[in-house]
Amino acid sequence: MENLNQILADALAAVAASENEAGLDEVRVQYLGKKGALTSLLKQLGNVAPEDRPKFGQLVNEAKQQVQEKMNERKTALAAAALNAKLATETIDISLSGKGQEIGGLHPVTRTMERIENFFRGIGFDVASGPEIEDDYHNFEALNIPAHHPARAMQDTFYFNPNTVLRTHTSPVQVRTMENNQPPIRIICPGRVYRSDSDQTHTPMFHQVEGLLIDENISFADLKGILQQFLNVFFEDDLKVRFRPSYFPFTEPSIEVDIMRTNSKGEESWLEVLGCGMVHPKVLEMSGIDPEKYTGFAFGMGVERFAMLRYKVDDLRMFFENDLRFLTQFK
Amino acid sequence: MKFSENWLREWVNPEVTTDELVAQVTLAGLEVDEVEAAAGVFTGVVVGEILAAEQHPNADKLQVCTVSDGTEQFQVVCGAPNARPGIKIPFAKIGAVLGGDFKIKKAKLRQVESFGMLCSASELEISDDNDGIMELAADAPVGADIREYLNLNDSIIDVDLTPNRADCLSIAGLAREVGVINKVDLTPVAITEQAVSIDDTFPIRVDATEGCPRYLGRVIKGVNVKAETPLWMVEKLRRSGIRSIDPIVDITNYVMIELGQPMHAFDLNNLSGSIVVRMAEEGEKLLLLDGQEIALRADTMVIADEQKPLAMAGIMGGEHSGVNDQTQTIFLESAFFAPLALAGKARSYGLHTDSSHRFERGVDASLAPKAIERATQLILEIAGGEVGPVNEVVTEANLPKANQVTLRRKKLDQYLATSLDKDLVTDILTRLDLEMVEVTDEQWVTVAPSHRFDIEIEADLIEEVARIYGYDNLPSSMPTAAVNFTPASESKTPIQSLRATLVSQGYQEAVTYSFIDPVMSKQFFPAIDPVPLENPISGDMGVMRPSLLPGLVKVYLHNQNRQQSRVRIFETGSRFVGDVNKLDELDQKHQVAGLIAGSRYPEGWYHNNEKVDFYDLKAHVEALFALNQGPKPEFERADEVYLHPGRSAYVLVNGERVGVIGELHPQLAKQLGTNQAVYVFEMDLNTVLGAKLPEYQRVSKFPEVRRDLALLVDRATPVNELEKVIADNAGEAFQKVAVFDVYQGQGIDESKKSVALGLTWQHPSHTLSDEEVNSAVETVTAALAEKLGAVIRG
Repeated sequence: MENLNQILADALAAVAASENEAGLDEVRVQYLGKKGALTSLLKQLGNVAPEDRPKFGQLVNEAKQQVQEKMNERKTALAAAALNAKLATETIDISLSGKGQEIGGLHPVTRTMERIENFFRGIGFDVASGPEIEDDYHNFEALNIPAHHPARAMQDTFYFNPNTVLRTHTSPVQVRTMENNQPPIRIICPGRVYRSDSDQTHTPMFHQVEGLLIDENISFADLKGILQQFLNVFFEDDLKVRFRPSYFPFTEPSIEVDIMRTNSKGEESWLEVLGCGMVHPKVLEMSGIDPEKYTGFAFGMGVERFAMLRYKVDDLRMFFENDLRFLTQFK
Repeated sequence: MKFSENWLREWVNPEVTTDELVAQVTLAGLEVDEVEAAAGVFTGVVVGEILAAEQHPNADKLQVCTVSDGTEQFQVVCGAPNARPGIKIPFAKIGAVLGGDFKIKKAKLRQVESFGMLCSASELEISDDNDGIMELAADAPVGADIREYLNLNDSIIDVDLTPNRADCLSIAGLAREVGVINKVDLTPVAITEQAVSIDDTFPIRVDATEGCPRYLGRVIKGVNVKAETPLWMVEKLRRSGIRSIDPIVDITNYVMIELGQPMHAFDLNNLSGSIVVRMAEEGEKLLLLDGQEIALRADTMVIADEQKPLAMAGIMGGEHSGVNDQTQTIFLESAFFAPLALAGKARSYGLHTDSSHRFERGVDASLAPKAIERATQLILEIAGGEVGPVNEVVTEANLPKANQVTLRRKKLDQYLATSLDKDLVTDILTRLDLEMVEVTDEQWVTVAPSHRFDIEIEADLIEEVARIYGYDNLPSSMPTAAVNFTPASESKTPIQSLRATLVSQGYQEAVTYSFIDPVMSKQFFPAIDPVPLENPISGDMGVMRPSLLPGLVKVYLHNQNRQQSRVRIFETGSRFVGDVNKLDELDQKHQVAGLIAGSRYPEGWYHNNEKVDFYDLKAHVEALFALNQGPKPEFERADEVYLHPGRSAYVLVNGERVGVIGELHPQLAKQLGTNQAVYVFEMDLNTVLGAKLPEYQRVSKFPEVRRDLALLVDRATPVNELEKVIADNAGEAFQKVAVFDVYQGQGIDESKKSVALGLTWQHPSHTLSDEEVNSAVETVTAALAEKLGAVIRG
């Protein structure tokens, strides 16, 4: 019996000491094999008193089982250690950059325009577009700006011939929409517009988003409501907004919208961001819409101005230099 | 328009501060651009008189003056050359503070003590005039505080008036508006008919009665043009941005600013026969006041005499007919010129004057008689003279008619989404000088005053009511309209997806000008006559782009020159091709264009900085078409001057060219200065955005079978021809073919290339047997051999 205990202790020690699968196998052969120490003990069963034989057999089997279990454990542990050792050799520098393309990005003007579009699409406006080289009628006449109207001097126009211009606003798209559709009309017209002016704060090409809503009973209150909402949503802020009388030939009343800005010194000032108004009855009439039955409002905004405010760009001309060091800031 | 706040307050003086006044008029639609002080911040400066001026003993350029402040005398060292005994000047006494913080102390200049300083206009920030000390009028009260004497506690307000509010281009007009807003009465200047003292007249004939419905003239004899314009007038004019010239011109300018009536004075000596208001003869010459000689056009109205044109009516006087320093007798003009007759005329001659600005926008047609009396009164006061009777030529029929405009309660309420009290509305309209013909619960029938010729229709009255009531006081709401969304079609890819696809390939979006350099246009497209602008900003922005590519290449160069060697950019927008005189046929199609150059991947540790090539770009183009199952592009070798002949292709859809792709021609690239190969594509945007609604096909449960083929074909044979023959001959279970290797060079015939293809079959309803696949492969190889001479490689 003492012999059994000794053998068991030796076997367990050998298992624990084995360092790889081969060593473990040797231990197995030495103790559990056909000629192994524990197997041999069973063969000595005849030497044991008959009444002790069941007890002795049981003890030997338990010992074998114990050794087997320990061997399994050891085997798993060794395998895990081997795997870990292998994986350790496969360690990489996870600080290195990923492979493949870097993401590009949208131009800040597009990004701004999409943001504006998304708001108006969300409240049921369609997006309309039209030609950039326009005839005088759609750019001016149909908007109640006859030849020699002083308002023409407000917009320095690029001409191709006396009757053909680069559109000075996206309003001709509104005219074309009114010509081809009866109310309700809810559109926005984003796009490039042109004025022959080039200095620190003017580029000869810029972008506008104009909008038009015509239906029965559209009021000044609707105009105020939508634009106030729009400005709050666009700037993600509860903005102080004021509506100020102005003049555009195609709207009556005409309005300019200012927002309150606070500079770094905490000084407040009004900044003009939008022009708008109730569509002039003549404009409706000229495009075949009955001004007695329908009213509507129109608005227009300069995309670059919104982009400048939103992204704190302080130089308008950067938008058209297309310097990658500028563009990549808007990813 | 710039004006002095104090001048305005002579006409209307509500109890509001300058800031409040500015906010008021801005919110009434007269936007204030700028407010500046009439003078700098200073104290302790009085009217001084130089009693004596002697040469400084130790300095050539200095004088030692004895200056009186009325009670005491001071010794002051002064460097101004115009310092001389007898003149009155601004005198900053010891203790005075200039420019906010510059304190005047007792000083010693070259050993001579000086007690104070004599000031120039610029030192007081009254004007930029730094030419010696400021000389005050001879009657300036010595000792008076200069701020009070010059009325310097004043603001200059610059109001940016919209073209419809010509009625406010005067102190009188602004005062009317301020009076309405504040509900206070005006205190206008009293204008009385001036007593006629002589019978002299000069005949007036108006031929251009449409352009000039009213013309008034009067002779004033014996005026003293050398009289000095009084300081108060000079100051008021200065604060309106007008320089003092001589008393007659100053007075006509003054009346224009005060009342809004542009006027002109002729030297009667230079007039021959009579005044004739007529249209110019084509080519007639006129030397203008500003010294330039103009060849007049027949659409221009002139004031002439029997022999020659004297002035461009309502725009600018002539050099030889105006008042000069010899003038003794003047002919004073006060006229109404119709806006339509003057609209755009000044601009067409490159001119813009205070007079043309007002007449184009409209002057109150009833103002001319008042203005001529006012001017006469001022001339008599300042320059003296004897006054002849006013001669007036009117064509009543051509004068503007008073507009009768009706405002309906229903419309007013509907527009403003509120119901304003009847008395309130009536009050607003009345205060605006509208005559109430009839007021009922349903409507206001009004007649607009002659100065509000801009009020023509009901909407104008609604605007007036809203404006005076205050836009910010009107309600605000979200419109309730039927929800009526346009369905988003799945047969069109949204442009946002296209942009996102390019962005995910590393492209940065660019926005370039739609006008480009005609030279560059020719370099790219010698066969295209680009659409030219009549008035471009500059020569290198002279034509509309026939393609987006020159612009993108320019962007590439801009960045290459700033050490950005890896460039991926794209742009969407219109191109312009065709005859601009046939606008309906002009091609203004939207395009999408891209450019790549430099290494395939951003510089990194995992690659050898391999450069992009044609196939990179092609993959990007194919990805755009593949978006939402767009149309299938085909590629055909391109022949374009600006593209590499061997590395470029037209993109075709349904046999039609919809774009190009390729390497920029190395020769052009070199000319432009690129330092590496540049690849570009441009396609018709609408075609690329074509999409197909996906339609589910059942997925086969049976295994795929793949066979690889290695073929030897002529080098010139395009691989897609092999693919076509395979697709046509591989049987119904054929799924796809992939090219997994192309090789030419060592080991094979020089005229040949080896192409390795993997073919895949899968049947929807059974497992394919070896025999079936083998037979398909045999059919394919036979067809390849027969049609393309392809040989299976051992």
